[in-house]
Amino acid sequence: MTVYLKAFFVGGLFCVVGEALILKTKLTPARILVSYVVAGVLLSAAGLYGPLVRFAGAGATVPLTGFGHALAQGAIAAVQETGLLGAFTGGVSASSGAIAAAVFFGLITALLFRAKPKDT
Amino acid sequence: MQEKKENNAQNKFARERYAALVKRMTPKSAFGQGCFRAFWVGGLICVLGQALADGAHAWLGLSSAASLTFASVALIFLTAFLTGIGVFDRIARYAGAGTLVPTTGFANAMVAPAMEFKPEGWIMGTGVRLFSIAGPVLVYGISASAAVGILYYFIRW
Repeated sequence: MTVYLKAFFVGGLFCVVGEALILKTKLTPARILVSYVVAGVLLSAAGLYGPLVRFAGAGATVPLTGFGHALAQGAIAAVQETGLLGAFTGGVSASSGAIAAAVFFGLITALLFRAKPKDT
Repeated sequence: MQEKKENNAQNKFARERYAALVKRMTPKSAFGQGCFRAFWVGGLICVLGQALADGAHAWLGLSSAASLTFASVALIFLTAFLTGIGVFDRIARYAGAGTLVPTTGFANAMVAPAMEFKPEGWIMGTGVRLFSIAGPVLVYGISASAAVGILYYFIRW
């Protein structure tokens, strides 16, 4: 049960930071997404994100910083295994599930559904 | 008669206390409201992700790392479907960064433009627009991870 509470609070906190950035700065959603992924790569490389994932589980992997964490850990693990080549194979391998799923389900959705006219 | 009067007084007391509670819990500004909505929706999405991961671990026998990947893939599927039927937009308008920051934001940023630009064709419409926001995310994410890998090769911290 506690893991769900931790996931809720840590995940929620990531989102509050994002909301505060949107409301207080002129960051567009696209910039937020890019910033989160790059921040995740950097935090992970600094060894700070791994402990957070062990603490909060999906609360740390579901936010986009978790995507960056997967990229960085994949690259580091692959360098340990295959040397310099791993810097180029590891990141995408480790995050390939999310990338391929987003491409595939995105395409299928576009195939099946029509965009509704925007009601603003 | 006496009892009824007491009851009324009690009700009035309860009403006042409830009104005070509502006032105390309601965020005071647009900023507070935005953060509150982002917090609970975003937190709930992560709880759902955790539940999906636990389910995959228990029933599909996936390792804990693989089950977290499974959770991301499942949330991406769910986002694509909800975007397709037009529900995701409504949730996102309420939650702001609550749906943007989780992996759902990444998925929606791919699916929504791919759908919207379908009339421009399967290649130049859907194919290109799938990556209109995901493109930059992948460019900087992958580049940063390659840089980390190269640095790690030379320094090994």
